[in-house]
Parts: sequence; structure tokens; C-alpha cells
Amino acid sequence: MNETRILTQYCSDEHQCSIETYENNHGYLAIRRALKEIAPDNLIEMVKASGLRGRGGAGFPTGVKWGFVPKDPSLPKYVVCNADESEPGTFKDRLLMEKDPHQLLEGVMLASYAIGAKKAFIYCRGEYYESIRKLEKAVEEAHAKGYLGQSIFGSSFSLDIVIHVGAGAYIAGEETALLNSLEGYRATPRLKPPFPAVEGLYNKPTIINNVETLCCVVHIVNRGVDWFQSIGKPKNSGPKIFQISGQIKNPGCYEFPIGISLRDVLNAAGGMLPGRKFKACYPGGSSCALLTEKDLDLSMDFDTLNEHKSAFGTASIIVMDDSADMVKVAWRLMEFYQNESCGKCTPCREGTRWVVQILERIYSGKGTLYDLEVIDQVCKSMAANSFCPLAVGAAPPIISAIVEFRDEFEAAIRKSPHEKSYADMRMAYPYQKNTKRLAVLK
Amino acid sequence: MMLNQETIDMIRALQDKYPERRSALIPALHVAQAQVGYLPVEVQQEVAALFEIDTSEVNAVVTFYDMFFEEPVGKHLIHVCKNVSCMLRGSDELLGALCHKLGVKPYEISADGNFTIIPSECLGACDRAPMMLVDDQVVGPVQEGQLEEILQQAKAKRGHPCPILMNEASAHE
Repeated sequence: MNETRILTQYCSDEHQCSIETYENNHGYLAIRRALKEIAPDNLIEMVKASGLRGRGGAGFPTGVKWGFVPKDPSLPKYVVCNADESEPGTFKDRLLMEKDPHQLLEGVMLASYAIGAKKAFIYCRGEYYESIRKLEKAVEEAHAKGYLGQSIFGSSFSLDIVIHVGAGAYIAGEETALLNSLEGYRATPRLKPPFPAVEGLYNKPTIINNVETLCCVVHIVNRGVDWFQSIGKPKNSGPKIFQISGQIKNPGCYEFPIGISLRDVLNAAGGMLPGRKFKACYPGGSSCALLTEKDLDLSMDFDTLNEHKSAFGTASIIVMDDSADMVKVAWRLMEFYQNESCGKCTPCREGTRWVVQILERIYSGKGTLYDLEVIDQVCKSMAANSFCPLAVGAAPPIISAIVEFRDEFEAAIRKSPHEKSYADMRMAYPYQKNTKRLAVLK
Repeated sequence: MMLNQETIDMIRALQDKYPERRSALIPALHVAQAQVGYLPVEVQQEVAALFEIDTSEVNAVVTFYDMFFEEPVGKHLIHVCKNVSCMLRGSDELLGALCHKLGVKPYEISADGNFTIIPSECLGACDRAPMMLVDDQVVGPVQEGQLEEILQQAKAKRGHPCPILMNEASAHE
């Protein structure tokens, strides 16, 4: 199946980062048209009608989110683009920012115009040095041409875009944690409600959208609501960048309509490595349940994967073949959630590291069968009792790995002389000293 | 005083970009770290003074984010991704080989002061697994045989990478 390149149409053009090339390739037409012909409220209605759902993982309808912003013109409002792309297996926003930064700026301009924001921020993760350089240069070019600043394209609309640089924290991708981080604090999530659309950055109405979401808006304005809806499936409309990584022949970004089958995506990436067989994949980043061979013909969309107790997430497919050790995969993933837990709430802070310790024990041949029950209990109570979605996302990748590949976990446990006993450590043992500092002090 | 005038000017310019000054704290710490190499308490105190907040507030931020270091690190940072996509492509072996080559454990400074290796979570370049972030540059897929060349190229650069562009603060606003 051939790719449908819309967001990534010009990503292979090495000059696309320059404002001249972007404009030659129909750039900045959407914002010109919107400022002239589309009232802000109508723009919000258009995005609602298009059925665009957030591409950052949650899949919330973008137009509906925009509609929550109070209309009071005296209130300052903000648009924040979430470019803190840190979900394991996800690398689409990097592509969009490094290869076509003006497309994102135009999307931010449209969102700001729709809700009446005069200041917008792009919160980019600190490790994305190249993305930051490209975005800064794009903002500079747009300022120089008068596309940012006062009276844009002769209208009454003014906007400044600040590229804000993070400093390495997965949790800063959670929208309220991102706001705390952007205000100069630790990235810990806030209680909702109030939702950011009502009380967000500096307690003012704020819209937070993912990079890819905002890029989609440009094309909705350019080509219309009907065109956007004709791509993909009802309630799951539009193009989507699928990212394929792990044990696959040609890892990379591939753009398809939402609703393509998992098999077709894998084939687009060249299929499995020579001599290997498909075993499983995480379809939407790491924070979702595994899919296995029986799921290869599933439609890759928000609703189908939800029905199958997994998630479409960021459409970041991490592929494992028959050589993958699922105990190690589960251990490594839980280690990620432990490292990235912000520590604000107890179930997540304690639960993640408890499960890491158990998985480490199983992997090193010291596990017990009872450990698998404990993991299940801890994961479920952590997911049910935590403050934010981090722990909710930490449970399914581990639980599903144990459900689908229980024989592998049991085989690892059978290496242990204590397989049938209860581990003497039913609770997590105390914090280890900070290895980072320890190494340096030595 | 550890921060030089250029750094202080940069921090003040960053503060002016935001409706509320405190928003510039993370960018300011990046700039301070790029000058000093890490963020000892003295630097945190100076940054706190520039923001008119308590040093403990700055310390809370420094200790939260992975890119800030309270202890000295090598001039060049090598982040080796260890998350699943890279692990499935051999990142553990790569990390081992790199540590062996430099004769260090993760987070230690190599004998010549040039390198610190940091096992890292996903850096968003899974299409290039196993990948590394060498200072500000993504490299990958990395094979063991390329390590020597990668290290030599890194040595030729400034080191102490900073994601905040040094001349950006005065560029607009």
C-alpha cells in the first residue's frame, strides 16, 4: 500500500525549512485565508466538523477542546504546542519540526487566531537540539517577513511565538505538568478540573495541542472539512504518521489514513528482519497493551484499539520478533516508568519501582510464581489509584506481556530454586542511593 | 561570582520573553550550565538571585530534570538510549562497548575529562536504533566499529551542549 503523504509531503525537500520554499509549496495560505474569510468561531466549528482528534495520544476531539475556551475578549489566552515528545517509540514530532517547521508555526497561528491568543508557546523537549534550532530560525524568518508580530497580513491579529525548551522529563508531556514546567516549576500534574481551557498557563485559558494535531489544522483550512473527513474512517478521520521501530526491516515514519491495518503498516516498513517471525508489538507507544499475531488485521484507529483493550496512542509501533525476550522488555519498560514517575502520588512512585524490583528478580532467575500475582495486583491498583495517566499507561504493557507470554515468564522463574515459595520481599525494598551521584563522588 | 556577564545578560533577556519571569528558569539553568559545565549550589544561588526566589526553589527544579547536573560531568555528554526500541537493536551491547572503550562506568568522567556516558530513556530517534545523542548531535544506527570516529569528532567540538541558542535572546522581542 502506498503512503498518503499530507503532513509529510515536503519533508524530503531539504529546503522546506526556509520560508521561501515553504511558501512556494503553498505555505501560509491557510492563515491568510482564515484571517480574511473565516471568523474565529467558524474556524473552531470547522475543526469540530472535521472530526480531528488529538494526535498526542489521548485522541480528544480538537475542535471540542477549542470550544471550551471562554469567549471573554478581555481575558489573556494562550496556545501551547506540546512538543515534549518522549513516549518510547515516538518520533513523528521530531520529523515535523526538523523538516517542516513553518507548517507547525502556521498551525499554531491558526489555533491562536481561533481562540484569540496573542502569545503562543512551543514547548519542545530539551534533547531535541536540532528541532529547537529549526524552530528558532523559522520564528525569526516569520518575524522578519511580518508573519508574526503586530497586524499579521494586514489584519487586526497579532501573535508572538516563543520556543520554550524543556530539560528532560517524560511527565512534562502530560498537559498540566507541562504547564507547571512552563511556569518554571517541577513538572508535576495538576488536579483537573479546572481544565486548562478554562484555567491553564498563569491561570488563564490555555489550549494545549500536539505538534501533529496543529499541522493537521493547516490542511483542514486549505482543503476543507469534507476532504479531511474523506480520509480515514468515521470518527477517526485524517492522515496519521505511523512510526515503526524495533525489530523491523526499515524503521521510520510512514503516513497513512487512520484505519489502515496493522499488517499493511508493517509491510510498508519492509516486514520482518530476514529469517525472523512477528511476535508482538506495542501499537501506540509503550503505554498500551501488546498486540500479537491474531491482531494483524485490526484497523489501526482510536476506537478499534480501545475496544481491543489496547490504544492507538501516538501510532508508534514497537515491533518484537521471535528473538525478543519479553521478560526483559517488560523489565526495561517498567524501569522507564519508574525513572519518569514524578513522585507526586504514592501509588505511581512506589508501585513502579516495586514492579521493577520484581521483574529484575525474575529476569535474573530468582523469581517466584507468586511474583506474577503481585505484579498483577500492584499494576492494577497503581493504575486505578494514581493522580495522572502515567501510571495508567504503565500497567497495560506489563500486564499484557504476562498474559500473552506467560510461558516465558514462567520459564524464567523455573530457573529459580524458590519458584514455588513466597518471596521474602513482598514489599519494595528501600530506595537505593542515587547511582548518579555515587559514581561521581567515588 | 561564577556566572559571567554574558550569561547574566542572556538570562535577563530570556526573562523578558515571558509574561512571568519565572517561566525562564529552566532556559536560564541551561545557559548557566553551558557556561559552568554543571550546576553547583553556588550557581543555583546566583540564578535564584536573578529570579528573586529562594535557592531551594531552584534546587527543586534542578533535581527534577534529567538534563541538569549538580556534580561535574565530562566536557562531552554521550546519551545512549536504552529504551525498548534501541534495546531490541542492541543498545545494551553498545553501552557496554562504549564504557569499556573509555574505561568508565555510566555517569563517571573519563580519565581525560572529556566524556560522560549517560544511559538514557527514549530520545525520539527510534528509526536510528541503536542511537546515541553525542552532545547536540543524533547518531545512529551505531555500530561498535564507529565508536572511535564518533568520539574523535565529538572532541573537536565545544562541549557542554546548550539547547538554548546563544544569540537568540536578542534576535526578536
